[in-house]
Amino acid sequence: MKPTRLIDKTWFRYIINTIAVLLAFGLLVLLTGPTGEGGLLNKYMSQIFIPMGINIILAVSLNLTAGFLGQLPLGHAGFMSVGAYAAALFSIHTDFPKAISFPLSLIVGGIVAAIFGILIGLPALRLKGDYLAIITLGFGEIIRVIILNIPKITGGAYGLKGIPKDTTVISTFVCVVITLFLIHALIKSRHGRAIISIREDEIASEASGIPTTYYKVTTFSFSAFFAGIAGGLYAHFIGVLDPAEFGFMRSVEILVMVVLGGMGSIIGSVVAAGALTVLPEVLRGFSEYRMVVYSLLLIVVMVFKPSGLFGRYDFSLCGAASDIAKAIKKLTHRNKLGIHEEAGK
Amino acid sequence: MNNGETLLNVRNLGINFAGLQALDDFNVQVAPEEIVGLIGPNGAGKTTVFNLLTNVYTPTKGSIDIEGNDTRGKSTHGVAQAGIARTFQNIRLFKNMTVIDNVKVALNNNLRCSMFETLLRLPTYWKEEREAEERALELLDVLNLRAHAYDLAGSLPYGAQRRLEIVRAIATNPKVLLLDEPAAGMNPSETAELMSNIRKIRDRFHVAIILIEHDMNLVMGVCERIIVLNYGLIIATGSPEEIRKNPTVIEAYLGQQRGE
Repeated sequence: MKPTRLIDKTWFRYIINTIAVLLAFGLLVLLTGPTGEGGLLNKYMSQIFIPMGINIILAVSLNLTAGFLGQLPLGHAGFMSVGAYAAALFSIHTDFPKAISFPLSLIVGGIVAAIFGILIGLPALRLKGDYLAIITLGFGEIIRVIILNIPKITGGAYGLKGIPKDTTVISTFVCVVITLFLIHALIKSRHGRAIISIREDEIASEASGIPTTYYKVTTFSFSAFFAGIAGGLYAHFIGVLDPAEFGFMRSVEILVMVVLGGMGSIIGSVVAAGALTVLPEVLRGFSEYRMVVYSLLLIVVMVFKPSGLFGRYDFSLCGAASDIAKAIKKLTHRNKLGIHEEAGK
Repeated sequence: MNNGETLLNVRNLGINFAGLQALDDFNVQVAPEEIVGLIGPNGAGKTTVFNLLTNVYTPTKGSIDIEGNDTRGKSTHGVAQAGIARTFQNIRLFKNMTVIDNVKVALNNNLRCSMFETLLRLPTYWKEEREAEERALELLDVLNLRAHAYDLAGSLPYGAQRRLEIVRAIATNPKVLLLDEPAAGMNPSETAELMSNIRKIRDRFHVAIILIEHDMNLVMGVCERIIVLNYGLIIATGSPEEIRKNPTVIEAYLGQQRGE
């Protein structure tokens, strides 16, 4: 039967989730201060929330193709770079007021990356598994080399300078929340079911009337869109874009977050991306050993939990609440039974 | 055949795999709500017929049309949308999805909610999801799977997985249902249940059914017409009675008797 939930009214779940998001927002403002300064944390520590948010967006969007669609692309940094350059160039070459220009530049970055996603996805998604990984790896590198070789537009190897540093902790937070909502909304719908069915069995999916190519390309470009947004945030955070930043290793880094968190688990990607961003900073105390510790942690997790920290677990606040309530009920129930037994004696 | 109506019309179908003629001159006309059996020794080309009907393979010759619509050149999902659904010889479920989600995937063609409406969670989305849930539960009820609706499909017992595959095929709202060895691996009581289920599905959803099967009790018991294939050619068609007595069929299955 349908798993009974403590809270079954959809609108009520939405209210609870909204309150949770607002609480998280309040906590963030308390920690970092309303303008990125004057909170409980110092400025250096507040800044870590921005790359954290960017990595969360990247990991969750990659998880969409790697975990839910079941295709393994290795060129996510390529889409990020397209978004970063598109957003940066938009900001540099237009003079809207900041309040309009910044969000608009992110959207432009996302859309340009999504277009690249379609262009690359159409030929690449005819291939599967290792072949898809290699061809997307190739595309990622091609994008980087092209950026390097059109210095008139992108600044080439000197980098693109003079990007307004508009990214704040708060704007990153807003982008993360929107990304999580949209990707969750996609997964929990008829489109999401179609996407997951392709991962499960492509032939059966096609035989059930699912246009698999359409869904593959759509998912791919959807994923690229969010990578583009993350790129835009990154560009406006660092202020200078260097093509070397978007190499193969960056793609692998994002993939590591997805695999560590669990392919097909959104909460897993969020936690893994957050942890892997903070970890190198926390480990600064170990100085030169920190990358060793980092790698060891990865190996330990993969040995003991190969499906990733969360496997395919999907977190929902209300689901977790009812699980806890059920556990408490069970405990108290057991106690009552114990009392009865004693009374029986 | 009831009143000469034709739902599925297959003419001169043939396919050649790099010189091997796997199927040749396959002709069949299926009437609405007819149950047709497709039998033959191993390697006779039975599953090839299904793969051709669903456009997994492209025929080298011949034509297939359903209600007058030619399916040649359509993609596999296009054929599914045109009204031909199938199950697989070795079960192909979406194992890590719940039973009800397996059915909902197949309902996808009948759902209209756009990406935009979905992402913004507009009222149309909620309405359609509710309807899909009800429809899926109704369909699961037909083959007694409702109790398992929220279990993972991969965790079902074998017989239930076979039934779920049939429900999933039915959910695409087909006119013709192709069952590839539905009784494989079933015990006699499960097979008997399957026989009644096949009739139930035909009567309830008004579909024509073509089934491949090695279990002769099932084939003889449920099919109204039987087609026998051997080496890619039709060697006999007729009612179960006719097929049982047909000397060519007996020869194909048992081999020629010496000294006759």
